[in-house]
Amino acid sequence: MSSPGPAEDTRFSSIGRGLLQALFPLLLALLTAALLLELLDRDPISFYADVLSRGLFSPLGLEATISRCAPLLLLAASLIVAFRAGLWNLGVDGQFLLAAISAAALGPPLAARIPTGMTLLICMLAGMLVAALWSAVPALLKARQGTNEIITTLMMNFLGVSLANALIKLVLRDPSTTVPQTLTLATDDRLPRLFGSTIHLGVVIGLLCVIAVHVIMTRTAFGLKLRVLGESRRVARHAGLPVERLTLLAFGLSAGLAGLAGAVEVLGVAGNVRTDWNPAYGLLVIPLVFLARFHGITVIFFIFFFAILSIGGETAARKSDLPNYFVLVFVALTLLFMPLTELLGRRLPSLRSRPV
Amino acid sequence: MDTARRHRNLESALESVGLKDGRYPFQAPNRPLPNRIEPERQQAFVALEGVSKHFPGVVALDGVSLNLNPGEVHVLLGENGAGKSTLISLLSGMQQPDQGRLVIDGVPQRLSSPRDALQRGVGTVYQHTTLVPGLSIVDNLILGAAWWSRPKRLDVRARVSAMCDRMGMDLPFDATLSSLSLGQRQLVGIIKALWRSNRLLILDEPTSMLGSDEIDQLYKAVVRLRDVGTAILFITHKLDEAIRFGDRISVLKAGRLAGQLAPVELKSLERPILIERIISLMFDTTASPSFSTPSARPATLRGPIVLRVQDIRAAASPDEPRLEGITFSLSAGEILGIAGVEGNGQKQLAEVLAGQRRFLAGSIELEGTPIHSLGVRARQKLGLRYLSDDRLGEGSLPNFPIELNLLLKRIGEPPFWRCGWQRASAIEAHARALIDHYQIRAGGPRSRLSQLSGGNIQKLLLARELDGAPKVVIYNKPTYGLDLQSIRNARSAILAQAERGVAGLLISTDLEELLELSDRIAVMYRGRLVGILEGPGLSRRRLGELMVGREHAQ
Repeated sequence: MSSPGPAEDTRFSSIGRGLLQALFPLLLALLTAALLLELLDRDPISFYADVLSRGLFSPLGLEATISRCAPLLLLAASLIVAFRAGLWNLGVDGQFLLAAISAAALGPPLAARIPTGMTLLICMLAGMLVAALWSAVPALLKARQGTNEIITTLMMNFLGVSLANALIKLVLRDPSTTVPQTLTLATDDRLPRLFGSTIHLGVVIGLLCVIAVHVIMTRTAFGLKLRVLGESRRVARHAGLPVERLTLLAFGLSAGLAGLAGAVEVLGVAGNVRTDWNPAYGLLVIPLVFLARFHGITVIFFIFFFAILSIGGETAARKSDLPNYFVLVFVALTLLFMPLTELLGRRLPSLRSRPV
Repeated sequence: MDTARRHRNLESALESVGLKDGRYPFQAPNRPLPNRIEPERQQAFVALEGVSKHFPGVVALDGVSLNLNPGEVHVLLGENGAGKSTLISLLSGMQQPDQGRLVIDGVPQRLSSPRDALQRGVGTVYQHTTLVPGLSIVDNLILGAAWWSRPKRLDVRARVSAMCDRMGMDLPFDATLSSLSLGQRQLVGIIKALWRSNRLLILDEPTSMLGSDEIDQLYKAVVRLRDVGTAILFITHKLDEAIRFGDRISVLKAGRLAGQLAPVELKSLERPILIERIISLMFDTTASPSFSTPSARPATLRGPIVLRVQDIRAAASPDEPRLEGITFSLSAGEILGIAGVEGNGQKQLAEVLAGQRRFLAGSIELEGTPIHSLGVRARQKLGLRYLSDDRLGEGSLPNFPIELNLLLKRIGEPPFWRCGWQRASAIEAHARALIDHYQIRAGGPRSRLSQLSGGNIQKLLLARELDGAPKVVIYNKPTYGLDLQSIRNARSAILAQAERGVAGLLISTDLEELLELSDRIAVMYRGRLVGILEGPGLSRRRLGELMVGREHAQ
């Protein structure tokens, strides 16, 4: 995990620069993946055409793409808070899943008693709270003992996924279904759709959150404190910042946003949680957040791009008789080329973009 | 052996009449081949001639000339930051000198890379060894080479065992390194360095991790190596070791060679006199341009007491002593110097006072108010400031813009933040004012701190700590590693504060600086204040003695 990049980049021009720095690895990944497709005896051009026509140019596909952005944006917001504060919260998937379960458990019974708006709000808040509480273990260990949060958050992931499954099977199981799953939230009680499409309000929530996080991190005293903490805990201590409290706050905020992602996914799309459902969006968003160098606006573009790729890629892969994982291969390639381009940029000074 | 001794006597006789360094007008005829190669007689293996190395705003080495002779243990003595590491990196090919040259076997050479240095016979054993703990000794030795050019294990074993025999070492070749003691690992490091290069061995603080038995073992190995004609550069900051290991001792101070003790002197002088000589080399600077007498500073009028520290105790940490019974008080406008060899508790004291470190007992009062239970930020607001000695690791964020580094300790305070919102114009104006006032040479308030030179970074940190209304400022090594111009700037800033009535606690390892700036000087030794000197009782010699704990030994 390299340094977070320009920590003081707040101006708009940096978005363009960030995109540019990230486009090159994307291009290389596209070419390499094309080569790979060629080797597998598939036509790369028609594969990419399929990706675009399904993910971007067909109305239904575009709606699916945009809907997919909702949890990804919230997870990006979550990760940016943590990473900028120097806390490697890799447990977002566990936090996501437990929040999803909480929303799924509360949703149907509440919807029968109180108005939909209230239900949705309570479910989202509950999801955030549960996720934040779940992260309290690694957060406290980090703040008090300095335990490496990479390890603890990753381990909490396994526990979280198992706990979610156990809860579905033992406590929350819908007795009327054969596959273990929670009660399903009625379509009418879910997050409102926008403009008569299948796109739900969660996308707007996600966009607002990621922008809010960006503004907080770059324009407020609280955000600056987190960034100082992220840059060096020693300097933070020397500057008299409450290192423990900031660690707990950053963890809580990050996990809360990951929890909101889980709640939104259940309230907006799934309506319930089945056993063994673990989309692991968090692991997919981590590279995107790095690609965007923790920049909250830049990351929106990458998420949109990735959503196209994952929605369109599913169809394209099916058509070309390739496993769904091919999209992951592409993401992995992008990640491999990222440090490589950075290295090249440093080796060739003429290519280096000078900071203003 | 007899011839050798006679030869030595002759040598000292020659030296006493001013004929030095082996340029003999005549040579003893038909001398039998000695089993110990006489160092003075022959040409130096490596000679540094007027070598300088500069970094922006910092002088690392300034016109250093040294001869490293075959069959001689040359000890290089100096405080941290005196330029020892830079010297090593020049000799091992990691860096090139800006001025001066390296002469190997009488021929000027350029060591362009560590590999180059190795090939020319310069091997270095770093303080933290670069060996793989999970591998055996033999595997560690093979490790460097590419697989196709790798020597056979059996050959390697045979060679290592021959080397060990010659040096009187006993090492289990096939045991993994992690099962060896630290001392044994140090020996393996030496073997590895000698593996390809056996003409000059550089040992960088080799004893820092060793127990006394292991040091004995190392001593034997070093002596054997010397006796077969290897030149050895032994770097340390410990006096006793320098005298024990050294055939010749050079003292490095602030990047310059402060002086040298030749083999003759080391052999002939009594131990206490030797120690005296070395202390005076390390702490006297009669040649320094900024020479001043203790009373050079106009004595400030003692104002009322602003800081009262009573019986501070703090626990020890792995490389720092515990603090015990620290008591002193500071008056307004006074500068109290804290002298001492590095690592005697100065940094802990500074951190306890600033509120960064927990302590066990004691009280701290600022203008009569107890502050020892307050946090860093609260103390800072009351006017207690701490200038850290670790400018880049603790005092600032190199990747952040200058304007934010200047406000690092005031995040969230108006007028720079209002209701938590950053006010860019106020922040920038603040930075501009300080940049102008302290003449910080910078691209602008928004350029990154890392683009500044060392001297300008220190100006910036001083500006931050002295901004507002400081009452007590702890200066921890304020001029450490800076060039002359920056040193002068920093010192005059400190004096100007004292004249305005700000009390200063000046922690420094530079006696000259302490004498120039302080009203009184306290000496720290092993976590205690062993004396506060002022007026006529204040002399360099006396300070030097207190600093090396000689007062306590008696």
